[in-house]
Amino acid sequence: MLTDRKKWFIKGLRDGIPIMLGYFAVSIALGISARNAGMTAPQATLASALIMASAGQYIGFTLIAAGASYLEVMVMEAIANARYLLMSCALSQKLDPALPLRHRLLMGLWITDEIFGVSVSVEGRLNPYYIYGMAAVATPGWALGTLTGVVLGNVLPVRVVSALSVGLFGMFLSIFVPPARKNRVIAALVAVSFAASYAFNAVSWFDGISSGLKIIILTVVISLGAALLFPVGEEDGHGA
Amino acid sequence: MGRNVYIYILGMWLVTYLIRVLPLTLIRRQITNRTIRSFLYYVPYVTLAVMTFPAILTATQSPLSGALALIAGLVMAWFGCSLFQVSVACCVVVFLTELVIC
Repeated sequence: MLTDRKKWFIKGLRDGIPIMLGYFAVSIALGISARNAGMTAPQATLASALIMASAGQYIGFTLIAAGASYLEVMVMEAIANARYLLMSCALSQKLDPALPLRHRLLMGLWITDEIFGVSVSVEGRLNPYYIYGMAAVATPGWALGTLTGVVLGNVLPVRVVSALSVGLFGMFLSIFVPPARKNRVIAALVAVSFAASYAFNAVSWFDGISSGLKIIILTVVISLGAALLFPVGEEDGHGA
Repeated sequence: MGRNVYIYILGMWLVTYLIRVLPLTLIRRQITNRTIRSFLYYVPYVTLAVMTFPAILTATQSPLSGALALIAGLVMAWFGCSLFQVSVACCVVVFLTELVIC
């Protein structure tokens, strides 16, 4: 059991490296927005180390700058981050039902888009130490990138920030493309998701909807449609 | 700013944490309903696909470099390259493309 924990933790550290690099790049932009919102370097770094949510933090910083109330910021935070509710539901099915509460409480701190994506693609049961390993390298990347953004965001070459910022998308691709190759329903779903997401963003009628809410609406509608049309059997659903 | 920034941060953290942790702690058993199971099975793929496109086109300085990174990533992931390889390749494609066009 102990060696199993160690093995998953080390695997997490390794798989966390691309997440860390991507986070570092993406959070530089976040640090710049924090500075524009009038936040200090310690404040922005603390916010990133704790919250680890790109869109959510960005919206929060913007509202703080605008002088919104505590309640308003919290409500917007809930809307922007509601997709984590779905991710947490999906992850709950990959855990050993006997997994103690303390592990559930701890791993809940680090359900980000990327850590979720990597964790959910694990075969069979998810060991919480895998998440701890990824979080151990990804969190400093996110926090230090934010710090860098606040302190010297405008000094760093745009070209470097631009290149690093697609790293996270590369990770997403490597998570959903291999299953799409094996399963035609998933392949079709990816195509539908791309098209629907593009349409949703292109139509100005939806401009008022935050990107977090768009992700939730599209995810719920497309996944529910797929669940009704192509319900998975016992063998597919197991460990998925 | 008249309000305390640290209270804002704490409030943002609390809301986000509750959203992340409640399903993990409340759903302790395997869900047996086939539709819900299927829904949760498809959620990761759909949500990651939705987050990738068209966002990858606007993350970079030019939509072209983002599009080339998308194609490179799709092809490499299709042929079984590792997460790290795909991720780094996307960055390199953007960097090289922007050296030429920007």
